[in-house]
Amino acid sequence: MANPLPHRDAVIIGLGWTGSILAYELADAGLDVIAIERGPWRNSATDYAPNYAQDELRYRIRHELFLRPAQTTFTFRNKMSETALPIRNWGSFMPPNGVGGGGVHWNGETWRFLPSDFILRTHLTKRYGARFLPHDMTIQDWGVTYQELEPHYDRFEYLCGTSGTAGNLQGQIRDGGNPFEGPRSREYPNPAQPQPFSHTLFAKAARELGYKPFPQPSGNMSRAYENPLGVRLGPCTYCGFCEWFGCANYSKSSPQTTILPALVRKRNFQARDNCEVTRINLDPSGKRATGVTFVDQSGTEWEQPADLVVLCAYTIFNVQLLMLSNIGQRYDPESNQGVIGRNFSHQTISDVTSFFDRTKFTFNPFISSGAIGMCIDEFNGDNFDHGPHGFVGGGYMGQVQTNGRPIETTPVPPGTPAWGAQWKQAVRDNYQCATKPGTGVHGSMYSYRDVYLDLDPTYRDRFGRPLVRITMDFHDNEIRQNRFLTDKFAEIFKAMGALQTVKEYRKAPYDATKYQTTHLCGGAIMGSDPRTSALNRYLQSWDVPNLFVMGASAFPQNAGYNPTGTVAALAYWSAQAIRSQYLQNPGPLVHA
Amino acid sequence: MSGIRRRDVLAGTAFVLADIELARGAIISGQLPWQPDKEDTPRTAKPGAWKFFTADEAVMMAVLADRIIPPDPDTPGGNDAGCVVFIDRQLAGPYGLYEGLYERPPFIKGTLQQGPQSAQTPATLYRLGIAALERYCSRPDGRAKGKPLASLQAPEQDAILEGLEDGSVELEGVDGKTFFQQVVKDVQQGFFADPIYGGNRDMCAWKMIGFPGARYDYREWVGRHNERYPHPPVSIGGRIEWTPRKS
Repeated sequence: MANPLPHRDAVIIGLGWTGSILAYELADAGLDVIAIERGPWRNSATDYAPNYAQDELRYRIRHELFLRPAQTTFTFRNKMSETALPIRNWGSFMPPNGVGGGGVHWNGETWRFLPSDFILRTHLTKRYGARFLPHDMTIQDWGVTYQELEPHYDRFEYLCGTSGTAGNLQGQIRDGGNPFEGPRSREYPNPAQPQPFSHTLFAKAARELGYKPFPQPSGNMSRAYENPLGVRLGPCTYCGFCEWFGCANYSKSSPQTTILPALVRKRNFQARDNCEVTRINLDPSGKRATGVTFVDQSGTEWEQPADLVVLCAYTIFNVQLLMLSNIGQRYDPESNQGVIGRNFSHQTISDVTSFFDRTKFTFNPFISSGAIGMCIDEFNGDNFDHGPHGFVGGGYMGQVQTNGRPIETTPVPPGTPAWGAQWKQAVRDNYQCATKPGTGVHGSMYSYRDVYLDLDPTYRDRFGRPLVRITMDFHDNEIRQNRFLTDKFAEIFKAMGALQTVKEYRKAPYDATKYQTTHLCGGAIMGSDPRTSALNRYLQSWDVPNLFVMGASAFPQNAGYNPTGTVAALAYWSAQAIRSQYLQNPGPLVHA
Repeated sequence: MSGIRRRDVLAGTAFVLADIELARGAIISGQLPWQPDKEDTPRTAKPGAWKFFTADEAVMMAVLADRIIPPDPDTPGGNDAGCVVFIDRQLAGPYGLYEGLYERPPFIKGTLQQGPQSAQTPATLYRLGIAALERYCSRPDGRAKGKPLASLQAPEQDAILEGLEDGSVELEGVDGKTFFQQVVKDVQQGFFADPIYGGNRDMCAWKMIGFPGARYDYREWVGRHNERYPHPPVSIGGRIEWTPRKS
């Protein structure tokens, strides 16, 4: 029997972006809140101070700020007929660890999804007919609209001090911004960041080709900023050590730089770090959560009773905890029944590396920020007519190069040997005059009947719990989407004057060893029908109404943008529903 | 006593107990848990004797490092740059032992997309790989014709390494291609990593490409386009010019 702790009004599992937002909102509503975080507390001043934060080996190559696979990992296979094997070292995505979660080491790209993304199945069916979609594609509407989320996007951007240029201000299209975005109620809190040389050239070439380039919305500060909670951020210094790194300048929006200093001062809030929640406990009816069980670093098991449980871990860990706690019916791809594990997705990323005349171009690639870049959105979502192309979905694309760190970013032209004098010469010749955007084409990945999560029959974590098994492959729709987008992307670099453009298409089978992004989505999705979704439109569990589940695990499919803006907007949307409706009358907010 | 007040008192009592019993799961409340002088500084490579390699292994590694990154008139080769010291310290540390990676059995060979499934750590791979390469060179019918690798001319050395790379030179008891790919990766990482880890001596690799290292503030430069950044690199450990000379 676990050692019982005193009862709290609410327990938050995981203290990253969504955990910090929910903890603040619930504590602000007067609830006694405790947050339990698996990893350590992290402080800018001591964990990544400016005299050693810029360490490519330690943070980028050796993954210092991330979860250790020895703590827990996942098994992976492409097809249901294969045997899944453990991901022994991180590859295609990087699970975060510690207070702040992925918010510590993200790049800060702070996008909104398109209005049509939230009503995807309805929208595509209306425009192209139901038969246009592949028969095994399981995309759904979200049950919430862009219009409903707009105030919450806005709130997050003002919390973060997002730097950007509005493209659609209350319905009015504005020069210099993204003309395809949904209407925003006001300007970004900070102007866009100035752009380095190659990013500027990309925008010029895109404009000449008839596109409407705009600066990527950035969580890196273009100037000093004080947010509505009174927390201050400093101006970004373009150090080129952003993604994979903590920001030593307090210049990147993260829970540390936007919420935690205000949250921790609330007397009715407490956090425990280095404690891992292993189970959500239910009463005998199975319809009410009574709290959580967690294990501290000494291996002692504790029970934290609470009236309200908010699950705020990383996508797959949310799904795992639901499965291990027997909440909701597990998804079975054969019968197409069940919801937990359903509609799992990732992203469809590709890149174009380009080489320019070194006597004419000096890019200084090390001058950069995490969310710097000039992008175009002509080929995202349903911003273009898919009719002639035979696929759906898309993505933004741009020169979004974040660094010139030399272990990672020393591109050489194809045909160069991997070592030796020729390799050394090619590195020297091309460092200053090559472009390597990294996630240049940021494509959507829609959901399919045979892409899902369940529990592995063989491999276990250090507590003896089954690992989550990922079954995932790219489908033809995404491969064709990527080919089309990557070709369009390369044309812009040619127009910039590149001597050589190297297209690196995303190809099947899905490869768990090649980094794409950490944007895993789905598995505990929101929706309007409890037969095909785990959560209602307020992120409340259909099965256990005093359980709310935040995060990208709620996405029915992934759009062609980075997810954090939408993850946070959903968190504020859910928090508002809890504060204004649930607390007055605890119970289901939607009756199915 | 009201319900809420009573709960506060009870909670306070329990947390005192919990603080004692929760050895490393700290409770954070009221203020950020920041302590001065608790910086999580990097583990730098100290000069001195080999930590992992034997003297013979280090000789072999020096050859490999210099063929992977040959010296030229402007920039030292891999060995002079300290890449072997870098790899030695890395193999003696967490990296060499795969510390933190998932190492539970069963180990089953899977598809390329499922990633490496070997229980063999980098430390073991180097130990076996170097020994197997020595044995290969000692064979009269091999490309080294029975001579130690270090005694051969550069083109002959390259021919053996190219053979490892394309699989035409096979090693006993270890996959030669895997071993060589690992060495290439580690030598190049040592060349470009911060000098505090033992390679990139005097920031030679950064000077070669024009990377300013740990400078961290380019606000005045982000808008200066197509203009070469003029300042020399800085390491996390500083610059040699900043170190006071002993008189």
